[in-house]
Amino acid sequence: MLSFILKRLVQSVVVMLVVALIAFMLFRYVGDPVASMLGQESRIQDHDALRERLGLNDPFYVQFANFISNAVRGEFGISYRLQQPVSELIASRLPATIELAFASALMALVIGVTLGVMSALKPRSIATALVMTLSLVGVSLPTFLIGIGLIYVFAVELQWLPSFGRGAVVDLGWWKTGLLTESGLRSLILPAITLSLFQLTLIMRLVRAEMLEVLRQDYIKFARARGLSARTINFGHALKNTLVPVITITGLQLGSVIAFAIVTETVFQWPGVGSLFVNSVQVVDVPVMAAYLMFIAFVFVVINLIVDILYYVVDPRLRIGRAAQ
Amino acid sequence: MKRFLLAASVIALAAAATPVSAETVRWARSGDALTLDPHSQNQGVTHTFNHHIYETLLDRDSEGTLQGRLATEWKVKEGDPTVWVFTLRQGVTFHDGAAFTAEDVVFSLDRARSEKSNMKQLHADVESVTAVDDYTVEVKMKGPSPLYPNNLTNTFMMDKTWAETNDVVEVQDFGAGEDNYAVRNTNGTGPYKLVSRDPDVRSVLALNENHWAETKPAVTEIIYLPIAEAATRVAALLSGEVDIVQDVPVQDIERLAGTSGIKVETGPENRVIYFGYKFGEEPLKSSNVTDKNPFNDPKVREAMELAIDREAIKRVVMRGQSIPTGVPTPPFVNGWTPELDAYPATNVEAAKSLLADAGYPDGFTVTLDTPNNRYVNDEAISQAVVGMLGQIGIKVTLASRPIAQHSPVIINNESDFYLLGWGVPTFDSAYIFNDLVHTKEGHYGAYNVGLYSNPELDAKIESLGTEVDLEKRDATIAEIWEVVKGDRVLLPIHNQVLAYAMKDNITLEVHPENQPRIYTVTFD
Repeated sequence: MLSFILKRLVQSVVVMLVVALIAFMLFRYVGDPVASMLGQESRIQDHDALRERLGLNDPFYVQFANFISNAVRGEFGISYRLQQPVSELIASRLPATIELAFASALMALVIGVTLGVMSALKPRSIATALVMTLSLVGVSLPTFLIGIGLIYVFAVELQWLPSFGRGAVVDLGWWKTGLLTESGLRSLILPAITLSLFQLTLIMRLVRAEMLEVLRQDYIKFARARGLSARTINFGHALKNTLVPVITITGLQLGSVIAFAIVTETVFQWPGVGSLFVNSVQVVDVPVMAAYLMFIAFVFVVINLIVDILYYVVDPRLRIGRAAQ
Repeated sequence: MKRFLLAASVIALAAAATPVSAETVRWARSGDALTLDPHSQNQGVTHTFNHHIYETLLDRDSEGTLQGRLATEWKVKEGDPTVWVFTLRQGVTFHDGAAFTAEDVVFSLDRARSEKSNMKQLHADVESVTAVDDYTVEVKMKGPSPLYPNNLTNTFMMDKTWAETNDVVEVQDFGAGEDNYAVRNTNGTGPYKLVSRDPDVRSVLALNENHWAETKPAVTEIIYLPIAEAATRVAALLSGEVDIVQDVPVQDIERLAGTSGIKVETGPENRVIYFGYKFGEEPLKSSNVTDKNPFNDPKVREAMELAIDREAIKRVVMRGQSIPTGVPTPPFVNGWTPELDAYPATNVEAAKSLLADAGYPDGFTVTLDTPNNRYVNDEAISQAVVGMLGQIGIKVTLASRPIAQHSPVIINNESDFYLLGWGVPTFDSAYIFNDLVHTKEGHYGAYNVGLYSNPELDAKIESLGTEVDLEKRDATIAEIWEVVKGDRVLLPIHNQVLAYAMKDNITLEVHPENQPRIYTVTFD
């Protein structure tokens, strides 16, 4: 067990290093940070001086080594754009992204499972056809359009919900939450719907397919023969057996939700790490971009590590295979 | 359910219709101030925000006229044309209560001139700054500098003692790996005090009750809300969540102006959009003409000007929101005249025959470098010009990049043909000549991307810096413009127009440098 985890940890570190390396290579093509930092009045010699101070004249491998050695100590430098420590910026933006990601994952799970079960139980009803068609529309429309569409309908026309921002937040000292205020909750609704739509469709279709599969199994027939109520069969037996893959997918998708919240955060001016990243890309704020990419890689690595360990615990075959070697 | 929805919508509408307290203004624009350290960035958005907290010695009104702010009087010292004397306003205090005196001005100007300051270029000709008494400051220049006061409109005054106490005597150093206190904390003399700041999210300013001005601003609280996405920004105004929106996309202006309860103020910006091309004999890198440089032929440049339809660009690309011009300077600038501003009518046939005369009857190919996120509809302007030049046989390939990638191409003279915009913060033609027209050498010609070089003009341009006789100086400016326009050193298209959208009970004038001052807002 321990050697398995250690091996996985080493692999994770390698993945992080590779991400850092690729990110660093890409940064050379996103533009010149100095040009956007100094602006129109500056002189060529100012550019050179600043580039020297920032260490941008160092060879690639020196810059990379410096970055890694600082990153290991949790130091990502100062944002070129906002002139504040990057680790602090990301930490202050993280709660917004995490709350949004969890809210939308929860929404996707609850609504997705409900609709999936309904459409599996009544595969020929009009409601099912409608839901399936709508889900296709939902999955094919770009997130940006969905966001703007929701803003137009619910904020501009109906004026029920705010169009941007996170509302009032409560500072718990280590976490600024928007979940404890009315305006915070209202602000969460539209972005959470926007972000959840894709996952919701995915989960719904997965549950529906699994459920249809399970309902054809012999033990369901026997359960019916035993005279159990439809409710017990559908939810106690059928649904339970469809949930394993759903939980796996949801867990893995949580990483993507955090990573791909970028568009949603931009549309709703949601003050999370995604919008921080977008603003940084525009002015080539390399320290923030590097730290963000490392952070996302870290999230994926951790989630995968946990999933791997869980599999190891759950699936005896992995353990036996190792023992036999 | 239906009834519930109806009730809910009625409640929501009622909530939205409740007037906000008349004194609070929620002000949205696309980006946030980069820093509150007043000398760390020379950038419009940052200056605009800081103008509410800090103050400058001199300022410009919405006409672009120079006015005293913390200085009440400024003049060249009698008998010494290299010294400027500033008389300071008395009875001004910083937000922490400290008095504003000459030592603060000396400190602030020295800080603005220091190595890590991004304002230092504006003070490059200053030799020393000294306090004569508590309310008089002398600035000794390296030579006669008749227009130095123009450079002071964005140089903010800090309190010397506060800066020393908080260890912010030096400007933020990007390379140092830590941020300084002045990036997030302020102590200015301005009409508002900083209450809270969450970068990129929300900043709150409250009225400074002890401000020196006799008339208090109508707005007592400013909530500043950066909203990066244009569609969301406009939606926020339509839904009543913000009161003033800056950076309104041109395609939304008409719709907003037609919406009840909302009005749009437009006005010219001090920024000209132009095309530039490579001069010199050396063949272009991106052209199929490999033995010479077509742009170096005056006939080709004339043909291009005749082929471009500025009014069509205004009508189609800019939706009417631009002021076509025939000279690369905005009308606010000293040296601009209506004669210079005139441009020839589009004439494709004449352009074609000029091109044939020049030896390119079938035209030629070239790559046009354009930014796509810097100026209003920059990429669309370039696309339109590609089509217009195509009509006379010049086949243009468009290379469109974000400004962060466009800038290095420009600064390193790697472009054959490019689009750029130029603002003139000093409101004087010399600023344009120094950077765009003078041969690229030393302090001059930083943005002379086409490497135009005319030694005779260079000498005249250099003389502008030290000429004290303003009448003579203006005559030289006129002479230079004549050559610049005659040679078609640049191909100007239009001056940008700014649009601010706001609730219709608010009045906010458009500022030529796009630095709206919320303390000038009035309510109906």
